[in-house]
Amino acid sequence: MRHETRGFRIFRRTTLTLLTAFVCAPLFVMASTAVKPLNQVQGEFRWIPTEPTLAPFVDMWTTVPLARYFANSIVVAGLATVLSVAVAVLAAYAISRWRFRGREAFKVTILSTQMFPGILFLLPLFLLFVMVDRYTGLSLVGSRLGLIITYLTFSLPFSIWMLVGYFETIPRELDDAAKVDGVGPVRMLYSILLPAARPAVVAVSIFSFMVAWGEVLFASVLTTEQTRTVAVGLQAYASEANVYWNQVMAASLAVSAPIVIAFLVLQRHIASGMTAGAVK
Amino acid sequence: MRVWSRAGAVAVAIAVVAAVAGCQNNGGANANPKVLTYWASQQSPSVERDKEILKPELRKFTERTGIRVNLEVIPFTDLLNRILTATTSGKGPDVINLGNSWAPSLQATGALVEWDDAMMARLGGAKRFTPVSLQTGGAEGTTPTSVPLYSKVYQLYYNKKLFERAGITKPPATWKDFVTTARKLTKDTDGDGRTDQWGLGVRGQAGTIAVHYAYILGSARGAEFFAGDKPAFDSPAAVKGIEQYLSWMGKDKIVNPSDAENADWADVYEAFAEDHIGMMLVQTLGQTLKDYHLTDEDYGVAPMPAATGPGSKNVGSFLGGTNAAILKSTDNLDGATELIKFLTGPQEQVTLNAAYGTIPPVKDAKGKAFETEEAKIARQTMATRAIPLPRVPQETQFETLIGNAVVNWLSDTATGKQPGGEQISSALKDASAKVSAGG
Amino acid sequence: MTISSGARAGAGDETRRRHRKNGDKALIGKDVRNDENPKNSTGLRTRRRRWTPYVFLLPALVLELVVHFGPMVSGLTMSAMKLTQYQLAHWWQAPFAGADNYKAVLDFDQPVGASLLNSFLVTLGFTVVVLAASWSMGLAAAVSLQRTRRGVGLLRTLFLIPYALPAFAAVITWRFLLQRDNGMLNHILVDQLGVLDDNAFFLIGSNSFWSQCVVAIWRLWPFAFLMIMAGLQSVPDEVYEASSLDGAGPWRQLREITLPMLAPVNQVLLLVMFLWTFKEFETPYVLFGGSTPEQARLLSVEIYQNSFVTWNFGLGSAMSVLLLLFLLLVTGIYLAVTRRRASLHEA
Repeated sequence: MRHETRGFRIFRRTTLTLLTAFVCAPLFVMASTAVKPLNQVQGEFRWIPTEPTLAPFVDMWTTVPLARYFANSIVVAGLATVLSVAVAVLAAYAISRWRFRGREAFKVTILSTQMFPGILFLLPLFLLFVMVDRYTGLSLVGSRLGLIITYLTFSLPFSIWMLVGYFETIPRELDDAAKVDGVGPVRMLYSILLPAARPAVVAVSIFSFMVAWGEVLFASVLTTEQTRTVAVGLQAYASEANVYWNQVMAASLAVSAPIVIAFLVLQRHIASGMTAGAVK
Repeated sequence: MRVWSRAGAVAVAIAVVAAVAGCQNNGGANANPKVLTYWASQQSPSVERDKEILKPELRKFTERTGIRVNLEVIPFTDLLNRILTATTSGKGPDVINLGNSWAPSLQATGALVEWDDAMMARLGGAKRFTPVSLQTGGAEGTTPTSVPLYSKVYQLYYNKKLFERAGITKPPATWKDFVTTARKLTKDTDGDGRTDQWGLGVRGQAGTIAVHYAYILGSARGAEFFAGDKPAFDSPAAVKGIEQYLSWMGKDKIVNPSDAENADWADVYEAFAEDHIGMMLVQTLGQTLKDYHLTDEDYGVAPMPAATGPGSKNVGSFLGGTNAAILKSTDNLDGATELIKFLTGPQEQVTLNAAYGTIPPVKDAKGKAFETEEAKIARQTMATRAIPLPRVPQETQFETLIGNAVVNWLSDTATGKQPGGEQISSALKDASAKVSAGG
Repeated sequence: MTISSGARAGAGDETRRRHRKNGDKALIGKDVRNDENPKNSTGLRTRRRRWTPYVFLLPALVLELVVHFGPMVSGLTMSAMKLTQYQLAHWWQAPFAGADNYKAVLDFDQPVGASLLNSFLVTLGFTVVVLAASWSMGLAAAVSLQRTRRGVGLLRTLFLIPYALPAFAAVITWRFLLQRDNGMLNHILVDQLGVLDDNAFFLIGSNSFWSQCVVAIWRLWPFAFLMIMAGLQSVPDEVYEASSLDGAGPWRQLREITLPMLAPVNQVLLLVMFLWTFKEFETPYVLFGGSTPEQARLLSVEIYQNSFVTWNFGLGSAMSVLLLLFLLLVTGIYLAVTRRRASLHEA
């Protein structure tokens, strides 16, 4: 299409080759380890399994109650995502379409939560949950509900910020036309802004889901064996008596697959959704 | 790969918080005499297997007393968190198992029923238990709040085939012999210039284990890690003990430097099963090595070697294991006491300890299962050469701080920079200061 | 695909237009009724309208207050208390410590302060390395794929996988690769390439710092790539074509068109990556398991140890507050500087 100098071509090829190798090596090892029998995993490293087997993918469900962790993660991440996106859409709508007292303060506040070290509020949050449990009987510690509430706020600031950016790129002429027709604020959001902001909503959903699916620290404190999520549950493959590296890899692949596939399928939406917020 | 051990520490902290509500109910009542909830710790490789072992036994208890028991088996990683969060809401169990090193910390929360003489009399009196196991029930100078169920001690496991090949006839009895023996076992078997068989294997990256060695080796030289409940980690004997451990990999070269990366016992067992190491120093293993297709044809068991030299004490191990306790929030105190009486009774002690491969802390539990070499040696160690871990509420801090420090020193040793005594001493002093600052 | 790229270009145009309009917006921003259609505003309606944005904002506000700000304020309070395991049960009654915790963590001659300073420096080094590498790799990859057609989709998809992978799965795999005896890296370096004579340690000792950097870069660079690539797509092809006609080669185009056009994206990208990296916790937590080597101990791990391992929540909270202040300060300065530079450019 366009002229390319020789130097640039060499640069391009080297870059792409090196980056491909860097990205692929761990992914390849993950996949090849997942189809090795245990004794080959424990011995000297080999790129290609000599006796490939699918046994790790079968055994991983019985070594650890992976199905239960999976179900927990789906419930927690799914609900946290739905709620978080709903809350974020409402807030972003208010910020982008109204000028009101406290608007700037709210924006700054939301952004500043990005700076909070999670470790600072882990213990206070836990204390708070314990209090709620004691005085209302609503069990937040160890339950999925507590985790859902926590995660939904984790992604909230980033989601609001991205959605505001995107909403502002949607021409106001649409709003004005609708207003003349007597459309109320809720219907305006529902029938005009949301359809136009689909890429951003998708991006934000994926982002929220990823946060909830992979979080380790809060999940390790706020869950019990019954409510454990996959991110924490994978530890169980390493017991006192045995470390099942092949099953760890198989299970990692299994728990990563849904999120990676969703991300890749929707990557174009994510890119456009993210940059609209970023360029803002 | 033991990533979540620190989450365990969080759980401990959180447990203390949760115990607040537990204190409000003082003493336990008998409003609900026909039902009990029992949280058992996972003692076997899987929760399911624990249930298979416990359920028939608890059925016997129900037949005898008419009390129904709701059993839940909980892995150790979750147990502490669960115990204390449950006490908060007042919906907790009646009887719980706990790791015996947590006993003083849990006791300090005030959520557990005290085992005074009258309570102990209901179990047949304190005399039934080995004295050291009873000491693990709570902090020094207090009325214990838990009673021992299953016990373990450190022992020396050796690979019979490698011993034979090296012409070693008996396991070492002193630490000096130990190094000599291990040197004979360390060699390059395939002649490629690299050592591929080592005298000893260690789980070098685990702080929890590193502190065990530091504690055992230091105590055997006469070290006291706490003066009263004031931390005093930097005694010369403690420094020497840590140096001894590091030297196995450093100066003595009887441990593969790669072991500094071992995060799990599994790494060590594998090497042992594949004849890469000749010896392991591990807590009573019971059935564990069966998973690696090893029998007592393949390995032998000996007591931990003894320290020699001035000031040394006859210490071979501390006493590890599991205790049982009653929560003050129980609504069936009599039933809960009955259950613990049942679990600590001679017959159940034999059945359960045999099934789990642990050693009964009660003297009157005798059975074929404890006639093995391993069990005999363990019982002897318990009777004469075992001490409890420090019985102070700061025990957990001691474990994590010293454990992490020793792990880091072992890493330095692995990369060729074994720290000297002075460096160790000053770091131990800092650790003491850190724990004091916390108290 | 065509639809979304159209939307993207549109978004870019719109953004630029809005930038120009920003001035007048600030003037009318104070008028509460700015967005209302005057024809409809009866008194009742105005009052309702005035409350409408707050109603929409309420759920987010409540959640932020409960989960972030409430605990945050408790955290601040705790940092001024002598709070350990013994007081934790009645933490609100713990003795007041004033600035003692802050004095302790800032006394760099004492063990607590010294190890905090050490981990601050480690974190700083870690952040610089990870940010520089991730951004350069992201830019290099985005520029390399910018005007090629063949295999773009495949490579782009491949490059994004590490970012989409859950932290645990990614880091645990690296832990497996970096083992001394049976790891992939030593297999390549010692057995296949013969660069090293003996197996090296990557998970303990001084190499652990670099291992941690590499793993963090592996996870983060695709994010830079994604953002930069999306930013590049809003640069119209005509600009490049025009400069090609002027005889500009790819390097000059990179310097004169691409980088300036990327400035707004970079401004946000670098800030976000800085905040994430400086607070990084999951990489060391999973990579090193039980105990993080001193050479690789990041601030978040240090704080974690002080809070939950030695159970000194007062000290841990004080450290967290200092970390928070540092991040606020850096962000404030960064935003001030980049805004000023941006406005200078426009003038």
